[in-house]
Amino acid sequence: MKSFKNTIIENVSRRDLLKGVVSAGGLVLAVQFLPRDAVAGQNAAAQYATGAGGMPGGAVWDPHVFVSIATDGTVSIITHRSEMGTGSRTSLPMAVADEMEADWSKVKIVQAPGDEQKYGNQDTDGSRSIRHFIQPMRACGAAARQMLEKAAAIAWSVPDTEVRAENHMVVHIPSGKKMGYGELAAAAAAMPTPELKRVTLKDPSEFRYIGKGNVQITDMRDITMGKAMYAQDLQMPGMVYAVVARPPVVGGKVKSFDAAAAMKVPGVLKVVQIPATPAPAKFAPKGGVAVVAKNTWAALRGREALNVTWIDGPNGDYDSDTFKAQMAANARKPGNVERNEGDVDKALAGAKKVIEREYYIPHGHHATMEPPAAVAKVAGGKAEVWACVQSPGGTRGDVAGAMGMKEADVTVNVTLLGGGFGRKSKCDFALEAALLSRDMGGTPVKVVWTREDDIQHGFYHSVSYQHVTAGLDANNKVVAWRHRSVSPSLMSNFMPDPKRESALELGLGLIDTPFDVPNLRLETGEAVSKTRIGWFRSVNNIPHAFAMQSMVAELAAELGRDPKDFLLEMIGPARIVDPRKTVTSELWNYGDPWETYPVDTGRLRRVVERAAKEAGWGRKLPAGHGMGIAVQRSFLTYVATVVEVAVDKDGTVSVPRVDTAIDAGFIVNPERVRSQVEGAAVMGLSIAKYTEITFKNGRVQQSNFGDYRVLRIGEGAMDVRTHIIANGIEVPSSGVGEPGVPPFAPAFTNAVFAATGKRIRNLPLGEQLSA
Amino acid sequence: MQVKVNKQDRKYEGDPQMPLMWYLRDELGLTGTKFGCGVGLCGACTVHVNGKAVRSCAMSMKDVAGQAVTTIEGLSPDGNHPIQKAWRAENVPQCGYCQPGQIMQGAALLIENKKPSDEEIKSTMAGNICRCGCYQRIFAAVKAASKEV
Ligand code: FES
Ligand code: FES
Repeated sequence: MKSFKNTIIENVSRRDLLKGVVSAGGLVLAVQFLPRDAVAGQNAAAQYATGAGGMPGGAVWDPHVFVSIATDGTVSIITHRSEMGTGSRTSLPMAVADEMEADWSKVKIVQAPGDEQKYGNQDTDGSRSIRHFIQPMRACGAAARQMLEKAAAIAWSVPDTEVRAENHMVVHIPSGKKMGYGELAAAAAAMPTPELKRVTLKDPSEFRYIGKGNVQITDMRDITMGKAMYAQDLQMPGMVYAVVARPPVVGGKVKSFDAAAAMKVPGVLKVVQIPATPAPAKFAPKGGVAVVAKNTWAALRGREALNVTWIDGPNGDYDSDTFKAQMAANARKPGNVERNEGDVDKALAGAKKVIEREYYIPHGHHATMEPPAAVAKVAGGKAEVWACVQSPGGTRGDVAGAMGMKEADVTVNVTLLGGGFGRKSKCDFALEAALLSRDMGGTPVKVVWTREDDIQHGFYHSVSYQHVTAGLDANNKVVAWRHRSVSPSLMSNFMPDPKRESALELGLGLIDTPFDVPNLRLETGEAVSKTRIGWFRSVNNIPHAFAMQSMVAELAAELGRDPKDFLLEMIGPARIVDPRKTVTSELWNYGDPWETYPVDTGRLRRVVERAAKEAGWGRKLPAGHGMGIAVQRSFLTYVATVVEVAVDKDGTVSVPRVDTAIDAGFIVNPERVRSQVEGAAVMGLSIAKYTEITFKNGRVQQSNFGDYRVLRIGEGAMDVRTHIIANGIEVPSSGVGEPGVPPFAPAFTNAVFAATGKRIRNLPLGEQLSA
Repeated sequence: MQVKVNKQDRKYEGDPQMPLMWYLRDELGLTGTKFGCGVGLCGACTVHVNGKAVRSCAMSMKDVAGQAVTTIEGLSPDGNHPIQKAWRAENVPQCGYCQPGQIMQGAALLIENKKPSDEEIKSTMAGNICRCGCYQRIFAAVKAASKEV
């Protein structure tokens, strides 16, 4: 069953599952982790239901799975999620260590292979690691602590109530006797895991590490010494290297190639054709021709000599300019109604003034600093893979499927990921390595993707056209809001192209539109998918937030209002917005229950107010400067950003300062939250100013950092100030990795408007101000 | 040809056109020198040749014949070069992949210019991309290290 359901995407693509969510108020998916009554009386406030149980593999908290103690006292804690820079590889084991009273300096972190049956869900995606696993990992550590205490009580023949674990030792309170964790290891390991309802979590006042930000990422030393190992760095005895020439057009095929010419390059060992998979291809390789060689350089030279010609197929006509015009046309026509409140048509007809605006956001690409790479060894009916994958469990299932093996015969080892951002959720590169190793008779093969391969054969952030119409009454109140979103769907990887945003994509910041407008209608228009669409850090939240938050600022300007005050007015009073009542299609709340994670406009207001206050909203600015604000609820977290821009005479925009307020519930590792917010500002500024993937004749026109420009140091966002809303442990932790991104671009373009009076409706900014 | 890598003499007899980066990574296993773009645009592969920062992807073996190459692995035997210490103090890395290149670039800057101005730090480090966006901490770490060396 698992191999069919190994991503959330597939999960949510199943209509019946979605229907289940709607009909049962969001709780069907959640085999709740830590049901409220689980630890009756004990820290009850810390218990809440999440969607963790509804993910493939669910949530596992058994210390027998995650914790082992050596006789020298070294505590090994398994981390089952992939590390791509968010710090979860450190933060989750840190929570285990804290609850079990382990001394962090004696903790060793061990990366789990892909095995969701054993470890629970490993799909490191959707800003879920802390959100779904802080509770299971706390319970895991607490249970381990209780097992150690029990082992000591038995050894001393004293009642359980007289012992207490403290900083890597168990103490007998009346006598002061102590036993170290190393001494207790064997006895504790033989203990049964206590029932969940008998697990007692620490009171937050006793935390040593959780919420403190005092633990450095575990790989810090290795990273600074060049010892940290990423998939691109893998080497093993007998390993050979491969690069692949892939069809430039999605769905294209090889017509001809010159294997002999490639074989003449010294060091080239073999030329192997990889078949293409017809759509929907999920994460199957694009196909093409691989060159296997003794080293990367020889493989690259061999590939140059191949001289492949291609048959392009129906996507050979994909052209970004034409496509934009088609999307615009569709955005101007009535679309599918997805959420409907009041009567928008009537309200617009009766409005004193109607304002209509359109926004365009192009394809983007992750461009992780480590291009994809994987090593595979397929021999003797077994496959072993080493790869920088975000979804080791899913990769295991996909490799098993591609090799015709049982999952039990497939091992997926996870290296560090040199960036992920969603690209490495798609394991096409690992599948290529497996196919090639099998073809090479079991020799370990490393597939190296170059930067050009990465940029031209990605799973792209979807292109999008957004059309927003607002109606104002005689008192200049917004009485109608119609938002039509047109964007090819990433579901086209998994099913015949749905030609419009799915419930998943609508859930990414459109369906939960929080505005206090009596007549509100959200619609989707048609757009076919002509390339591989993938999820990119914060996904459709980027276009949705750009349109909504630009439009609010445009209305404020139209009415001569302060943009921050007007934004607060649009949000309206503190209340719970419940789209379940008015949604006309399927509904998705990031896979989590609405009860735990509602749309809370009070929290939305609070981040707006906090960001504005910290930024000194309204302060006098130097000439050429401007401030913009935007807010978005995404991944169940509330983020508001104030961007200050400085525009010089030739239209160059810099960003001297950014103030971001984030409410992500209870914060487990504030230091890493700050780094994520800073990084999101840099990525947001890249999106706002530079990044754009365009297609011509079905081919990606960019190839490396020369034409796919990303932000460099000194180009702005060097002074990002993160303002964390403090919450107690009773406020459910929500996502952090992605939510910093969506508000950035609209806050930036709103600031550009404030500075120059020029409204940017097409991203990226590029040369628009100098033109 | 001969080349010195991290103070050790090496003999190389392969394709003289092979970029130094692939020699370091594939032949010597010195994978702290990262592959990011292969064309001199990202700085992930930065090493020192005779004490100066170069992009090892854009230098062929022929170019480095007889020269002394230092990689991140050879920067400091115990990993406690002032810039490495500053990096840890500022909690710079996220994914970490760009960081050896950043550190090598920063270390070379401080050899050349012990007290670089803010603008000099930015313009020198601008060749090193960090897609995770650690720039404000990279800047802070180079600046802090410049006070130590
Ligand atoms: S890999 Fe050499 S500069 Fe990018
Ligand atoms: S830390 Fe990830 S690219 Fe710099």
